Amino acid sequence: MSAKPQAGYDKVFDNVLRLRIMSVLMVNPSCDFTSFKELLQVTDGNLASHLRHLENANYIQVAKSFAGRKPLTTYAATETGKKAFQSHLDFLEHLITASKTS
Amino acid sequence: MKNPKEELAEIKSMMERSTRFLSLSGLSGVLAGMYALAAAGLTWYWIYFPSSSWGAGAAILSFREVLNRLLLLGLATLIAAVSTAYFLSKKKGSNSSQLFWTPASKRFLQALFLPVALGGFFCFALLHESAFVLIPAATLIFYGIGLVQSAQFTLGEIKNLGYTQLALGLISAFFPDFGLLCWALGFGVFHVIYGALMYFRHER
Repeated sequence: MSAKPQAGYDKVFDNVLRLRIMSVLMVNPSCDFTSFKELLQVTDGNLASHLRHLENANYIQVAKSFAGRKPLTTYAATETGKKAFQSHLDFLEHLITASKTS
Repeated sequence: MKNPKEELAEIKSMMERSTRFLSLSGLSGVLAGMYALAAAGLTWYWIYFPSSSWGAGAAILSFREVLNRLLLLGLATLIAAVSTAYFLSKKKGSNSSQLFWTPASKRFLQALFLPVALGGFFCFALLHESAFVLIPAATLIFYGIGLVQSAQFTLGEIKNLGYTQLALGLISAFFPDFGLLCWALGFGVFHVIYGALMYFRHER
């Protein structure tokens, strides 16, 4: 993955909320808006804007449906998103080992 | 940019919080264990008391009345234990700003529910076939399977509690005379021990 230009520090994960959203979606097949809100303890607008940012980066995909009459929006990580998150993790680990050896 | 170590810790804690049901109350385990001990004591009094021995009293169980009383006692103990766990976990969750009804808690309950519900039906079949001596073993084994299965969605101590129940269940299957003793150990004493362990590790 070192051949890829985007390997390394990922600007998308610069924000801690986006990092948290992506962490949740790495270990859960999908998560809905309300669960995110409760889990992350953030406001609607804040959460929505960061979810949109991740969606625009093509890291997550959005599915809209209805639970009874209420709209239900669920989010899942895309393959691109998973790969990007993994290389971000690798990058962080690399930083830690580099700081230990130096 | 943040310190990479902090960032990794952040990721790990988010993954844990979103997949594990961490509000499970240890105190409710202690209380459930005490209910079970009381129920086991009462059962011992009803079945074995005059002869004051652990085995060789099961013939009395053919008396319909004692059997009905035992069933009611079992159900009452179960309801008391489950509702205690529900209320105390809900309280713990609201203290640590973790919500009770999350995808993680749903998965935990699903994993626990299937083996336990099957075990319940299996015990009714055992009652129906008058195989009373195997009931302690069956309840311990099915409950143990449920705990081991659901442990990956909650606090790690649950897994060891599950293995303990499985071991006691097998012992009481081979030595039915010790059925009530094993049952009291598994549902009573070990619930108290593991509940206290969870309480001291995670709630203080």
